[in-house]
Amino acid sequence: MPRPKAAVAVLTVLGALVAAGCTTDKPAATTPSAAPAASAQGSGTGAQSKFFVQADFDAQLAMRSQPPEGPVDRPWEQAIAPKMTGTARYKKDGPYHLCFSNAAVNNPWRQVGWKTMQAEVGLHEEIGKFTALDAEGKDDKQISDIAELQAKGCDALIVSPNTTATLTPAVTAACGKVPVIVFDRGVETDCPVTFIKPIGGYAFGADAAEFLAAKVPAGGKVLALRILPGVDVLETRWSAAKVIFDRSRVQVVGVEFTDGDAARTKSIVSDYIQRHGRIDGVWMDAGATAVAAVEAFEDAGLPVPPINGEDQQDFLQKWKDAGLTAVAPTYPTYQWRTPVIAALRILKGEEVPETWNLPQPKVTAENLSSYLKPNMPPLHYALCGCEELPGFPETWGGRKG
Amino acid sequence: MKRALPILAVLVLLLAAIAIANPFFLEPAGFLAFLKRAAPLVILAAGQYFVVVSGEFDLSVGSLVTAEVVIAARLIDGDESATWPVLALLIVAGPLAGLVNGVLTTKLRVPSFIVTLGMLLVLSGAVFLWTGGAPRGALSEGFRAFGRGGLGPVPWSVLILLAVGAAAIWLMRADFGRTLMATGDNERAAALSGVRVDRVKIFAFMLSGLSAAVAAILLGGFAGVSAQAGQGLEFSAITAVVLGGVVLGGGRGSVLAAMAGAVTLEALFTLLNLYGISGALEFTVQGVIIIAAVAAGAVRLPRKPTPRRGDAHAAS
Repeated sequence: MPRPKAAVAVLTVLGALVAAGCTTDKPAATTPSAAPAASAQGSGTGAQSKFFVQADFDAQLAMRSQPPEGPVDRPWEQAIAPKMTGTARYKKDGPYHLCFSNAAVNNPWRQVGWKTMQAEVGLHEEIGKFTALDAEGKDDKQISDIAELQAKGCDALIVSPNTTATLTPAVTAACGKVPVIVFDRGVETDCPVTFIKPIGGYAFGADAAEFLAAKVPAGGKVLALRILPGVDVLETRWSAAKVIFDRSRVQVVGVEFTDGDAARTKSIVSDYIQRHGRIDGVWMDAGATAVAAVEAFEDAGLPVPPINGEDQQDFLQKWKDAGLTAVAPTYPTYQWRTPVIAALRILKGEEVPETWNLPQPKVTAENLSSYLKPNMPPLHYALCGCEELPGFPETWGGRKG
Repeated sequence: MKRALPILAVLVLLLAAIAIANPFFLEPAGFLAFLKRAAPLVILAAGQYFVVVSGEFDLSVGSLVTAEVVIAARLIDGDESATWPVLALLIVAGPLAGLVNGVLTTKLRVPSFIVTLGMLLVLSGAVFLWTGGAPRGALSEGFRAFGRGGLGPVPWSVLILLAVGAAAIWLMRADFGRTLMATGDNERAAALSGVRVDRVKIFAFMLSGLSAAVAAILLGGFAGVSAQAGQGLEFSAITAVVLGGVVLGGGRGSVLAAMAGAVTLEALFTLLNLYGISGALEFTVQGVIIIAAVAAGAVRLPRKPTPRRGDAHAAS
């Protein structure tokens, strides 16, 4: 009877298919090997991530208190401690053809950013043509996208790399033909004219951990929730938090991966509440599931302990409605405006920073009301810098109120 | 009931292990919280059982759950008054997707794992196209009450689970159950003895779609809007069904055991989590269970005195 064997084979193949499918909508790992799973031992924070670089950590933490240069009301044009580079050799007359190779638009953060970038393009008459290709989260597609864009006569190429190492050769090749602007995630070459990013993951993780270390009483139990291991921007967030927690007097009772799944987040938090009787603080490396974590306490009939989220609308709304003790470090979506501005400056022969460090504000109880916008959809990111752009709020899914 | 005994024994062992790690689990509130979390998977497993026992697979339920949650959020958009019409729409849409699966499988003779795999891809592609990975809108409080709220201390999910369980057991004891079982056991013989095989199978797929709709309502209520709401649930449901001793290929196994399999799987996940074992292991565990269960079934088969399948079955 071949049937049962056939069924096994079919299920195995399908399992592999689904497993492969699952990996595509996660942020891609820059190294194939997963970081050692953090387990509750010693200080409770586990071993330090191999992504941790002390010098970067120190630099990012210092940058948080350095006043940025540039217009105060336009943080996407500001830069922290910029080292300027000349671009006279790229100078040419408009109208310009700008090209953009996008890693993906597969999560709300990228959705908000992409809309913001398109609106920014619309502001500039000197941009005659804007060609964008979406790599759909696939390295191989992005490599061919970048090659294809070079053949389209782009005057400048903006790249948001899907992964760091794999895209480096493609970016290096493009550098020789056209001025390249990289933003969001980096590449392992300094050939792009400018690399645009907020301060970075260490600052994000430290902002949240410092808040919890201050708000959670000594000996209090903190649960750390992470999306998944092995992604540099997420690893640095946790590794910074680990340093802060190790110095503090809070006890980290668990470090769990949630896969970014709301139901799983809620279940994990419920389990920890049951197991420890109470949890005194929740640290998260990304805020998308923060509301689920908050609801786990609400459903258990417990007060919500200090928690961090991100600048997502649903969390800010919950924060205000439930009067949470919270903080929201950000990875601002307004950084999607900067590459367009940078490209135009380069084509006009103006100086740009080599590494364009954008300010990375945090939402606190004091400034919450200025970031919470009524009538925006739950997954909108408040720091889009898009409020003054044409089409706001409808283009971003909001309603005029 | 007799067929459910082995899995119930495993379940009791697991529950005891959880209780040792976490004594709160034995209190009513702790146990109800566990059942509330397990409810969507158990309901999905009941739906999957009907399809599996008829000799087919339904791989589309996970993406159907996602699609329903995302659609509900977009249509309700935080408006309380839209809650009931949208709920009604979801309850209709689930069986409709099942109807498509069933008709394609039986009338066009496309193997069900191809049909439902196609449906999985179509639905997840459509959801992505529609949302770009970022669902819009919001579920109303009224909608979320089914997944979060309760009647006094008893969560609505648990009450709905009991109702679905009772209905599933009743269905299997009614004429439908017998014809379904006969269809899965030997399609040709069933057809020759007057069973409308296609109709029975289509109905099984529709029940699976309905269970996905109910699971979507509970999951969306529990966790809120997410473009990943139902990811991987089809495999959890199939794992639960085989864990309950239901034979892949059809014809044997009880719906109670399938639902107990789902509770057991959820208990296993809870136990892994309680001991701080990474969630990544869940997939591995599911894979091992599926392979082991089918292998065990294959080992048992020759002891059966009568051959269970005729030549005609190869076509299905």
